[in-house]
Amino acid sequence: MSIMQGFQMDLVSEHRLAEMTPVEKVRFIIDEVKEGKILVLEKGLSPEEEASLIEMTMTLIEPDGFSGIEMESYPGEVDTSIFGRLLKKNTLKTRMTVIGPADQLKTLRKDRNMISALISTQK
Amino acid sequence: MGVIRKIKRNFADLFKKLFKKQNARIGIYGPPNAGKTTLANRILRDWTGDAMGSVSHIAHETRRARRREGVTIKTNGGSITLDIIDTPGLATKIDFHEFMEQGMDENESKRRAKEATEGVIEAVKWLDNLDGVILVMDATEDPFTQVNVTVIGNMEARSLPLLIAANKVDLPDASPSTIRDAFPQHPMVSISALEGKNIDTLYEEIAKRFG
Repeated sequence: MSIMQGFQMDLVSEHRLAEMTPVEKVRFIIDEVKEGKILVLEKGLSPEEEASLIEMTMTLIEPDGFSGIEMESYPGEVDTSIFGRLLKKNTLKTRMTVIGPADQLKTLRKDRNMISALISTQK
Repeated sequence: MGVIRKIKRNFADLFKKLFKKQNARIGIYGPPNAGKTTLANRILRDWTGDAMGSVSHIAHETRRARRREGVTIKTNGGSITLDIIDTPGLATKIDFHEFMEQGMDENESKRRAKEATEGVIEAVKWLDNLDGVILVMDATEDPFTQVNVTVIGNMEARSLPLLIAANKVDLPDASPSTIRDAFPQHPMVSISALEGKNIDTLYEEIAKRFG
């Protein structure tokens, strides 16, 4: 009997992420990606959370070990709804985001509405 | 009379010191090798006569943020005084092997990689202390990089002004129109920081956006 080999891809719902604080989200993503998983976040991260994720990633990079993440998200869209305007603050609608280990996930092409990536089973 | 004039002048100086508006802090951001330090050097040479830092074709040459205070840029519409912060290139991954491929030995590559990670952290932290950003993009590269998306998102979330500099238009593969199409909601100026092409237009936009 052949053993199936490959990588694990987790599709994380908006609801699941919404239950977490920004710190928990970043920690969750880093832990999963360091285990070699590819995450697809239904609603992505806020720009501030993306910046925090980059910051924490940098603190964990090691020679001959973890070399970082590949993260691809679509550009956010400014919320122009009445509620958003009432708040008088730019509220960004975040969009789907793919995150994985830098040595396994490689973006081939990306535009406003399409992300094409290559996932390697070998590190 | 002389005493009164002197008192008046001293009072005016004190008033200026007490109520002096702080210069806008403008960060120069972008991915590694987009030409951030080349642009910072161009601005400083044009308006102060010196330079910000060294440049190299090897990525992450700038590994510490550098600030130059009180840079006055004069344009047709007046003048603006800014604090310019040249930041290290933002990245989501740093592999020391890439520096070895550029001819560095292993120890030097690991040291550079370590410093580069610290530089990225510093650049991210600066985002909280800025009044605006000049986002430098390499016009020969795909503009939809995560770094560009994250920087633009952070500026939009903070409602801070952003100016895109589509750099390296002196190169034959440059396509600034691709950048304009990618981020049409933000002003963009096509420049060659290296050759100074279109740099006066950039100064006009800087005065308009950050003034």
